[in-house]
Formats: sequence, structure tokens, C-alpha cells
Amino acid sequence: MRKFDRYARRKLLSRIIAVLTGLCVIAVLYPLVSIVYESFALGGAVLFQAQFLTTQAPNGCSVIACQTVGIGPAVQGTLIVVGLAAGISVPVGVLAAIFASEYRVRGLGRAVSFTADVLTGVPSIIMGAFIYGYFVIYDPQIALSFYTGALALSAIMIPIVVRTTEEALRVVPNSVREAAMALGISKWKATLRIVLVASLPGVATGVLLAVMRAAGEAAPLLFTLGYSTLWFTSLSHPGANLPILIYTFALSEYSNQVKVAWGATLFLLILILVVNVVSRLMIHRMRVRMGGI
Amino acid sequence: MNPTKLKVDHLTAYYSEKAAITDVSIEFPERAVSAIIGPSGCGKSTLIRCLNRMHETVVRTRVEGQVLLDSEDIYQLDPVRVRRRIGMVFQKPNPFVTMSIYNNVSAALRFNGRPSREETDRQVVRSLQQAALWDEVKERIDAPAVSLSGGQQQRLCIARALAAEPEVLLMDEPCSALDPIATAKIEDLIKQLKTEYTLVIVTHNMQQAARVADYTAFMYLGKLIEFGPTEELFERPKDSLTEAYITGRFG
Amino acid sequence: MDSPTSSNSSSSRSPAMAPRAPARSRPASRWPDRVFFGLATAVGLSVIGLAVAIVVIIVYGSRYSFQAFGFSFLWGTVWSPTTDVFGVVFAVVGTLVTSAIALLIAVPLALGSAIYLTTHAPRWLRGPAGTAIELLAAVPSVIYGLWGIYVVHPYMQTTIEPGLKEYLGFTGLFDGTPIGLDVLTASVVLAIMIIPTICAISRDTLAAVPQAQKEAALSLGATDWETTRVAMIPYARSGIVGGIILGLGRALGETMAVTMLIGNVDRIPTSLLSGGQTIASLIATELLSNSGPLQESAILEAGLILLVIALTVNVIARLLVWRVLKGGGGGIVE
Repeated sequence: MRKFDRYARRKLLSRIIAVLTGLCVIAVLYPLVSIVYESFALGGAVLFQAQFLTTQAPNGCSVIACQTVGIGPAVQGTLIVVGLAAGISVPVGVLAAIFASEYRVRGLGRAVSFTADVLTGVPSIIMGAFIYGYFVIYDPQIALSFYTGALALSAIMIPIVVRTTEEALRVVPNSVREAAMALGISKWKATLRIVLVASLPGVATGVLLAVMRAAGEAAPLLFTLGYSTLWFTSLSHPGANLPILIYTFALSEYSNQVKVAWGATLFLLILILVVNVVSRLMIHRMRVRMGGI
Repeated sequence: MNPTKLKVDHLTAYYSEKAAITDVSIEFPERAVSAIIGPSGCGKSTLIRCLNRMHETVVRTRVEGQVLLDSEDIYQLDPVRVRRRIGMVFQKPNPFVTMSIYNNVSAALRFNGRPSREETDRQVVRSLQQAALWDEVKERIDAPAVSLSGGQQQRLCIARALAAEPEVLLMDEPCSALDPIATAKIEDLIKQLKTEYTLVIVTHNMQQAARVADYTAFMYLGKLIEFGPTEELFERPKDSLTEAYITGRFG
Repeated sequence: MDSPTSSNSSSSRSPAMAPRAPARSRPASRWPDRVFFGLATAVGLSVIGLAVAIVVIIVYGSRYSFQAFGFSFLWGTVWSPTTDVFGVVFAVVGTLVTSAIALLIAVPLALGSAIYLTTHAPRWLRGPAGTAIELLAAVPSVIYGLWGIYVVHPYMQTTIEPGLKEYLGFTGLFDGTPIGLDVLTASVVLAIMIIPTICAISRDTLAAVPQAQKEAALSLGATDWETTRVAMIPYARSGIVGGIILGLGRALGETMAVTMLIGNVDRIPTSLLSGGQTIASLIATELLSNSGPLQESAILEAGLILLVIALTVNVIARLLVWRVLKGGGGGIVE
């Protein structure tokens, strides 16, 4: 029978493809292994020093015994600016998503949804440039400050929160809304206390995603939060920030600063990993307690 | 009775740890139509899916026993080879949605590299004629397969399966998603196909079995209750369960 | 507004209790609902406002540059802060070249991985590998940049680039001394950064192929690869292409890692081993450089070009991905 001549070749091809694609997976995952490994190797010693988190960043120096501690202000700065940004973007994002999903206003809801989608594709550096462009004209005094930094990060976070909240709201079955309506509960209460609560795991996931993204961004802060190595002084002054620290020190010609960059990298990676894992567990428990929505 | 083409020998099939069929033994004669009937959940779909090793494509399944095609145990052979010799038509027609009618039918041919255009054309026409679909589609052979009606799609799937030149054709409730006219066409088709192929058909419709099948197997709760020439099974059933089923007392 | 009316459930109350609002009253006439609706609307519209503001401000910021150079800004080859002459073609070329090379590297690897994870991989591997890929997507750009400088770049400089120069030098693509901080290195790291995006979307669309399609192929005696090739990839085609374009969108706007690796040279790169600049890296390095309002305006105009390119690409991508994941395989006639 003619068809069986080629049979061995076909099986062999399938096996070769299986091996090749398997190699692709190895190639794809290798950078992750490398990044984690190098972070520990080059930043581990730095991270686990006593004052790593409590002192300021060192000046560049080329002597062997140079100080390699000090990302305190950067961690503080990141917490403040991301916290501020979250404070703006979470309410705004959730409310906008509620508008798009719970109220039918002549296609405006769809417009909001589509716009948020489109906004996720705006490069983060453009967000920074846009905020800078506004403030450098209208209020140059605080062009480089926590305020503008928070605004730039919010511009990045809001579309993420809107999209994920909208998805989460959409999953809540209409019967829930109808039941609330039938019980005479006013719409705003029903939306906030019932529908939103029902979609909380999804919303929480989205918020955490946005927060983690903002914590790692440097580009939009280049021209908004600016650069500093000092502890927090005021919201209208520029501030320190982890990703910017990593960026600046990575390019430093002083090896002690480079080591600090690696230490900060390890710190940031662990932070992201921990937040990731903890949030998944929390959200999983939320889901279980609510009976698997 | 014709010689045996496909012999099921003490077959037990599991989903996880639960046995869907237990210790089933049947000998399907060649160039004849054998039907498997029984109430929902009796294991007939599981049985037929074991005959071309589709059962194992689901996770955590296991099979014990043998299925012999011309005295070779298909579970000792490469599944790819087995499925070429034992084809299948599914309950819901599943043509490849992105392909034309022509490409659907010739799909199996193209696995083996590219036969010449004339050769492929010939096979496609032949298969479509065997499936009694050629006249209806010859004007639009490159149209998307999904533009056909349900009954036509099912005949397309039959043509596609036949193009692979199998020895046995399995059909898992081939008409249950179709209207009566389409069903009738396919039943006629089945009666024609048996001159060249061995057919095994699962059906939930007893009358269909009575109309098309030469032999019938009755299954209940995963066990084979009775197997024999259709007329005998329906008119002089040996088992009281069989009698209860065909007289409509359950199922 | 379209909210349904609420029904009054006070039928079982004693007559002595004060009646509630009339049964047919619409919730919108109650002020908390109205306030909430107004708030939600205002916020919703502000999202649209944000998008508009971005465009307006960037366009406004580019006005000096546009007035000075008109459309020749797009193809002007001179970028000179000292003489105040600006043409952005070098950055456009840099952006397109790095993104193109990144795609060339990333697509086969991402697709291959997606295929492996949906068909050939043992089941215990699929979950963890998927999580690992998500983790890769979560790594910040600066960290890729740092890793790129101290891990990838030395390797490129000492091994890969001289090797390419030796074996493929005849193509003229690898002229110049390999210093490692160049278009090629930036493209390689960029590829590594967009692989998770493309892989995740491809994997999702491949996994969404109905079992019936796969069974159709298997029942004809197809091998694993043939099943993938005939039943899965054609079905998932739009989604995969959408994922690739999404990856492209990300590559176009990627800033930190590229800035740290591309060499920051304000000229059209003559070879893959020369330094260059993308629009994103240009903005990152020069926006605050204080060389006068014209340069600042030129940089913002470059940003506008990037914005337009990135948005177009993203919209196309989302239309494709959305269509497949919501149902329907690639290009079916309905």
C-alpha cells in the first residue's frame, strides 16, 4: 500500500517538531533562570546587609571597601508614588468600569471601554512625556515631583484597572442584579455592595496587576518624579524611586553603585514575586469563600 | 455470517478509575453493518471510541483487553496507523472550518506529502460520489465547508473519512444531529457502503438499527447483553433485558 | 438613562408603617442614585478625556518643531541640537529595525513554545511553564536592561557578534567593531521581552481550538504535528497573528532596556553592530536635556509619531485577538 511508505517519515517529522518546540520552551525560559540567578549572584550579598533598606544610596567610589548599602529612600519613594497613583487610579478605574458596564448610555459605555483598551497600548514613556509636557507649560515648579509622578503612573494604571474591572463585572450574572432590583435596593447600593463585591477577586487581580506594573516602571518617571537619592522631603519635590535607581546605577562607572543596582533588582524581583504569590492566594481564598464565582 | 473483521476481546475501558464498559466481547463481520444500541449511558459511545483508539485521547483513561483487526491487536500497533485503517464519523459533523469542501475531503491524502493534482482530484470525486454528495457540490467544490447544510456536512465528513481508504468505518450516532430527510439519505448511504467497507454504527434509535443493520449489539450499563443478526435480536431476543428494551419498557 | 424600575416589596407591611416611595418611582429620581450615576459618568468620560488630553498636549508640544520643519521632519537625516536642525528619520529607522529583528527572533520561539505547551508537553509541565512565562512578562524593563548590560552584552561582544561577523559578514550587515551596545543587542533583549506576550496569546488561542476539530484530524490518522498543522493553527490563525502584532506594539514602545543597550547614537545605523536610537530611547535620553524649546518640541513631535504608530498597531491587534477569543475561528464565512 502506497501510503505506508511515507509513514515512518511522518512519525519522525512529528517527533522532530516535538523536540524543536521543546527546545523553544527551554530557550524562552532560560532568560528567567538567568535573571534570577544573576540577581542572586550579583545582588545577594548586597541585599542581605543590615542597612540596605535603611540608608541612602552611596556615592560612586572606586575603592574596594566602598559602601554598597542604601536603597532606603528609593523604596520609600516607590511606596509613596505608587500608593498615590493607586489612590487615584483605583477609584477612577473602578468607577469608569462601572459606568461602562452597569449603565447603558447611548454607546458612551462602549466608547469608554474602547478608549481604555486603546490606552493600554500607549507606550509608558509617552505618558511621562505627556504629563511633563503639560506641567512644564502650566506649572513648571512642580513638573518634577511626586504629584506629577503619581499622575503619570495613574495614566498607566487606570486603563488596566478599567479593563480588568470591566471583565470582572461582566462575569457577574444578571440574575444577581435583577434580584437586587426586585428587592428594591437602590441601584448605587446594589452596584457597590453586591455586584462589585461579587466581582471582587477579579477586580483585586486587576488592581494588583496595575500596582505591580507601576512599581516597575521607570520611563514615565524620568521626567516626572525625576531623580534623587535623598529621603522623602515633600510631595512637590522630586523623589527617589527603585526602578530609576536601578537605571541610573546600572550605567554608573563605579562598581559599588552597580552592585547596589543588582541588590535593588533582587529586592524588586522578590517584591514582585511575593506580591504575585500572596495576591493569588488571597484571591483564591476570596473565590472559595464566595462559592466559586 | 461473513468472516470476522474486527474482534473485540474482553474489553474493559476506564475513565479515571470508573469502568465505562466491562468485559465486552463481540466479533464484527466484514462488509456488513453492525449496530450498537442501548439506553443512554450504556457505554456504546465508549465502546466505539475504543475501536479506533480515540478513547485514549482523553486524560486519565485506561483500557484492558484486546481489539483485533484481522487478528492484529490494535493496541499493540501505532495509533496513527490504526486510525488510518479504521475511520470515524462523529455525532456532530466536524468539517475543518477553515477549509473548502475540496480541502476537507483531501485532508488525509495530504498527510502523505503531495500526490499529484490529478490523483487528488480523482480521489476527491470518488469519495464524494461514495458519500452521495458529489452531485450537490460539484459546482462549488472550493466553497467553504461550513457553507453546507448539516446533512451535507455530515456526508462531507463521511467522504473525508472514506478518502483515507479505511477498511472499517465507525459511526457514532451519525444522524442524531440531522433532520429526517438528511437521516434518510445517510441511511441509504450506509446500505451502499457496506459492499466495500465494514461498518459499525452506534445509534440511540432502535428503528434505525432495524432498518440499516445486518447485526445488532445491545448494551446495558457497560456490559454487552446480546449480539446477533438484527432480525433475530428484534424478533426473538434471547435475554429478557433485550426484550424489555426493544419493547420500550425502558431507555 | 435606561435603568429598570425597582419594584416595591412592602405588600406585607402593616398599614401603620409609613409608605415608601410610590411603587412606580424610577431610581433615578432618588438623589443618591443620581449622584452616583453622575459621578460614574464623569469619571467614565474623564477616561476619554485622558486619551484626548494625551493627544492634545503632545500635539501642542510639537508645534514649534512642526512649524519649523513641516513634514520634512519625518525624513530629515540631521539631528543637531547645536544648530537647531532636527530630522527624526534615524529614530524611526532605529525603532522599526529593532522591532523587526525582535519579531524575527521572537515569533518562531514564542510560537514553537506555544505549540509545545498545548500539544506535546506532558500535562504536569503545562501549568508551571505557563506561570514561568507570566513571570517573565512581569519583569520590569529596567531589570531586563541591567541584565542585558552585564550578562547579554559581554556575551554578544565576545562571542556572538564576532561570530556573526565572520560567517555572515558578506551580507554587509555586520560591519564595524563589535562593541556590544548596539542595535543587535538591543533587538535581542527586546525579543526576549516580547516573547512572553506572543507566547501567552498564541497558547490561549491554540488551547481554545474545539476538541471536535482535533478529533477530526486524529481520526484520519494524523500525527501530533499534522493535527496541529491542519486542525489547530488554521483555526487559531487570527488570534496568533493578533498576538504577534500585540508583541510588535509592545516592542515599538519599549524604552528602558532599549535605551540601556542600543548605544544612543543619533544617526541612522549603518550596520547591525553600530549604535543607534529608537524614538523611545531618544525621548528618554534627551527630553530633559535643556537645549532649548525647539529640541524639546522636536522630541515631543517624535513622541507623537511613536504614539500614532503604536496606537494603530495596537488597535489592529486587539481587533484580531478579540474576534478569535470571543468565538469563531480564523476567517470563517458566517
